[in-house]
Amino acid sequence: MTTSAASSGKLPLSTLPAASGRASLGGALRSEWTKIRSVRSTYWTLIALLVVSIGLDALISAASSSHLQGHPADKVGFDSTQVSLFAFAFLGQLILAVLGGMVITAEYSTGMIRTSLSVQPRRGTLYVAKALVFAGVALVISFFTSFVAFFLGQALLSSSGMNASLSGPGVLRAVVGTALVVTLVGMFAFGLGAIFRHTAATIATAIGMMFVVPIIINLLPDNWRIEVVRWLPSSALDRISATLPGANPHMFGPWGQFAVTAAWAVAALVAGIVLFRKRDA
Amino acid sequence: MIEVRGLTKRYGDKVAVDGLSFGIEPGKVTGFLGPNGAGKTTTMRLILGLDYPDAGSITVGGKRYRDLAYPMREVGALLDAKSVHGGRSAYNHLLCLAQTNNLPKRRVAEVLELVGMSAVARKRSKGFSLGMSQRLGIAATLLGDPRVVMFDEPVNGLDPEGILWIRNLMKTLAADGRTVFVSSHLMSEMENTADHLIVVGRGKLIADCTMAEFIARSSGAAVKVRTPSPDALVLAIAAKGGQASADADGTLVVRGLATDQVGDIAFEQGIRVHELTMMRASLEEAFMELTGDSVEYRAGIPAASVPVGPSTSGSGV
Repeated sequence: MTTSAASSGKLPLSTLPAASGRASLGGALRSEWTKIRSVRSTYWTLIALLVVSIGLDALISAASSSHLQGHPADKVGFDSTQVSLFAFAFLGQLILAVLGGMVITAEYSTGMIRTSLSVQPRRGTLYVAKALVFAGVALVISFFTSFVAFFLGQALLSSSGMNASLSGPGVLRAVVGTALVVTLVGMFAFGLGAIFRHTAATIATAIGMMFVVPIIINLLPDNWRIEVVRWLPSSALDRISATLPGANPHMFGPWGQFAVTAAWAVAALVAGIVLFRKRDA
Repeated sequence: MIEVRGLTKRYGDKVAVDGLSFGIEPGKVTGFLGPNGAGKTTTMRLILGLDYPDAGSITVGGKRYRDLAYPMREVGALLDAKSVHGGRSAYNHLLCLAQTNNLPKRRVAEVLELVGMSAVARKRSKGFSLGMSQRLGIAATLLGDPRVVMFDEPVNGLDPEGILWIRNLMKTLAADGRTVFVSSHLMSEMENTADHLIVVGRGKLIADCTMAEFIARSSGAAVKVRTPSPDALVLAIAAKGGQASADADGTLVVRGLATDQVGDIAFEQGIRVHELTMMRASLEEAFMELTGDSVEYRAGIPAASVPVGPSTSGSGV
């Protein structure tokens, strides 16, 4: 191999350009972008997100369309927008939570974190870069999925005459809002990943918060349940994807519920960065 | 280049590093020697800021590690060859590291060429052998042309070719004027590469000296003399402050005097000498003697194979 190269005096490497400034967020962002695009798990997760969300939403829309043609009475209270976004909202958030959590827990499970922190010991910089790159990827994929699921769903619903248009009341807010909340759920999982540093614990907690806690809350006596439910991170998707009046009066408005989920994500991200900086790696 | 002062690190009740102080100078290979569990890896993790010390300070070139403008230009460290994401190719692994320190992309291809891994640059690292992973790790340390390189047990699990390659690389790096800091629990490995030694046991400093001093310090250092007049030589040596004892076959073993001194004494006394040999204590023996009290996990092996020196203590040297 190159035994001789190493033993013949000077290393055969070119001279580096003179250093100016310091290793900071710009380099960290480029590095994190390289990291996220250079592992297969990113692509598998994003493909799963697209296939499950768009595929299932198309099936649901097509099935709803034929049902409505046979049962016109069910058209009352039928929310075409929400139906076309259902799988993306319900399952897409889970898949993006897996990616968000793994972006950080994979650093620990592989041992890469030791290398990452050796080359960029300013931990806040590394954390912020990682969070921003994931947030960017999550936003782009969420917006793409949300709009494709919406337009495909409405095309399939058109034969029932129930197809919504983006200019309809609350429709654009539902499509955009769903994409934003799904992204927030991913960010929430990212924060959990930094807290737990373990993939299974992170995903279990994310699923617990988004799917299990709401079920448990539903078992509570009504007067408690209606006070608690609007404070859950899981309550925003149902609210923000709805375009018809008649929502649960105990909930906040669409953007109010958005803010609740955002607060959960921020809390997890802040707890994550505090622990990330404080603990031994 | 690296200054460690009063470094202490506890994990729960266990003290991994206990008031450690030493300095590492450029232009030579400094070996970091100690039994398993002596705190070598912990010390290196503390230097890199991966763990935080409970007490003490560490500076690299006068600065705290996290204050270095471009850490990769100052320190290249390989603690564990498996500290990579196995799903990422060798090229992308190095690229994502280079980007953090604004190093040019061409550098990635150069270090891959240097370690002989250009052909597998696009392969995912999970399929690499330990030797290849080690080379990838070393490529990463050289990306920033660092002034300090730090390797933790670099020859562990390597084949002879790999061991030779790493030895030569470390010598080359030191000859370049870089600071080379390398840990090992293998004394024979240090003997082949290190100029200076820092020896630790149970987190404490046992010795900080040159390799030659370390070996000389061992009571095993002796001179073997074969002479037809042993009795006369024993007396002459005793008069000069040495101790000589006769072996079963009549050869003398002299302690407390160097080979040259023994030869001169014999010449002055007109005693014929047929053989005069330096019995160099191996580093292994010297190490065992010095760390005998501080081996953390001692196996229940026969005492004869662990020559513990009676007068040496863990921290008093």
